[in-house]
Amino acid sequence: MGRKVAVVGIGHSKFGVRNDVNIAELAWESIKQAFESANLEAKDIEYVSVSNVGGWSGEPLPAVVVSEYAGLTGKPLYRVEAACASGSSAVYNAYNAVSSGQVDIAMAVGVEKMNESPTPTVVEFIGRAGNYFWEFENFGLTFPGYYALYATAYMSKYGATEEDLCQVAIKNHYYASFNPKAQFQRKIDLPTCMNSRYIAWPLKLFDASPITDGSAAVILASEEVAKKLTDSPVWIHSVGAASGSANLSKRNDFTGLEAANIAAKMAYKKAGLESENTAKFFDVAEVHDCFTIAEIMAYEDLGFVKRGEGYKLVKEGQTYIGGLIPVNLSGGLKAKGHPIGATGVSMVAELSKQLLNKADKGRQATIKNGRAIAHNVGGTGHYAYVTILGLDKPKD
Amino acid sequence: MPKSQREEAIEALKQMESFANTMKSSIGLPMIVDPKTNVAIWYDQRELTLKFMISVEKTRKFFESLSEGKLLATKCVKTGEILFPPQVDCPSSLDSNVEWIELPKDGELTTYTIITTKPFSFSHYNDYTVGIAKLSNGVQVLAWVRETDPKKLRIGMKVKLEIVKREPEGYLTYEFVPV
Repeated sequence: MGRKVAVVGIGHSKFGVRNDVNIAELAWESIKQAFESANLEAKDIEYVSVSNVGGWSGEPLPAVVVSEYAGLTGKPLYRVEAACASGSSAVYNAYNAVSSGQVDIAMAVGVEKMNESPTPTVVEFIGRAGNYFWEFENFGLTFPGYYALYATAYMSKYGATEEDLCQVAIKNHYYASFNPKAQFQRKIDLPTCMNSRYIAWPLKLFDASPITDGSAAVILASEEVAKKLTDSPVWIHSVGAASGSANLSKRNDFTGLEAANIAAKMAYKKAGLESENTAKFFDVAEVHDCFTIAEIMAYEDLGFVKRGEGYKLVKEGQTYIGGLIPVNLSGGLKAKGHPIGATGVSMVAELSKQLLNKADKGRQATIKNGRAIAHNVGGTGHYAYVTILGLDKPKD
Repeated sequence: MPKSQREEAIEALKQMESFANTMKSSIGLPMIVDPKTNVAIWYDQRELTLKFMISVEKTRKFFESLSEGKLLATKCVKTGEILFPPQVDCPSSLDSNVEWIELPKDGELTTYTIITTKPFSFSHYNDYTVGIAKLSNGVQVLAWVRETDPKKLRIGMKVKLEIVKREPEGYLTYEFVPV
């Protein structure tokens, strides 16, 4: 299983339209906070993994630009891409570097500047994220469109309604209102969501995460080093990773994301947990709600509830604080924002804060089990990462 | 007539460009101040058009058969697996022993969506429906569905594949038509 790895530093920028900074300045906001919280400097970092999808932003080699700006020039450096799960792949990449014994201290930085291009160009780039030649070139799918294919199938099979989907948006906007880092710090009601225009039927504007600029960073350390750095490490208990077909036409089922389910089972197995009825293991979850339907499928793919029960969970308020399992207390991708390459790193940073009882007032989960789970999906189930974090040192 | 999404997008860019040009003639820099955020933005002076040259040599037969009204897939001879989109290599038998087969035209809709907010390069079209249908031999195909009223669409409905000319570009592709 390799060496034990702990999160010893975290950083998180304000998410939103960040025309006030360039990509390196944006990344630095998070890197600086991560250095400060870990009480480390650039010279201590032995390995740097930068997640960025790009295309819509000017710098084609963002890792080197960010690294130079942050005084990290000279370190082993990677830019990793797993679409919207790039951030988790950067964390996993850094985790593997420490776990394998290659280095003692590694950093994962996620950054995305989507607002450097006009919205239709961004819609174009994300729409191409699948199999470009066979599913975009002739048929012009959009990212909401891909998830709408799942929403149509899910709603038809289980009887979920557009109102049920909107409940996810309402919850996540509610928690984002307590998160100063969130893109949308305002609550919404059901009519606001229901009256918003269709972008890809049956999904509406308020079913969708926004176009976001933002960054996040985490510093990971080996057990020996972590002990010296902090009294309150957050341990990475396990990471599960999987992938799905590029062409959506090659999938058998459109009511769940198979890759996310495989990644979840892998993460549970590595952490020694059962893979059914799993909500009880965790105090809090961050799941990939790029669209409202995605959060509902996540509940099921993660085994919180059985197939077809996910929409009832949010309808009954079971994913608010005090319910079965609080989900996306950061506001989620939906309202905190979704700077594609930063999202996965943001999830790990957020859950570390939650576990250490350092989340903002109004959105702090009650920590009893000392365990949290992050679910990060790239593309439309093209990539999936499930990361389990905990306050207890992982078992040998 | 309301503006198409393409016209809106182009207009917004032109407006940015004219701001930048004004600034260039006044302060000598393409620096514009975003009216929403009140921050300075450099209006990029380099422009890139993306158009890719994608090889279809190995799957040429698929495209050439469209003009004969046929939609082809490949079949791995050793395993019997049918591949669509067609591919000429069989990873499971580690060979390139494939035969071309014609796909049946009739199928049932697996799922669908109606795209209203379009990508830039599709912004000149009216709203369109994208669906995935399972053909009678079990192969799934993704294509446009010639019906944009959600009330007239449902999962499981019968559809037929048609080879059509996509306008205004004027090239052959395929689409589902409700039966």
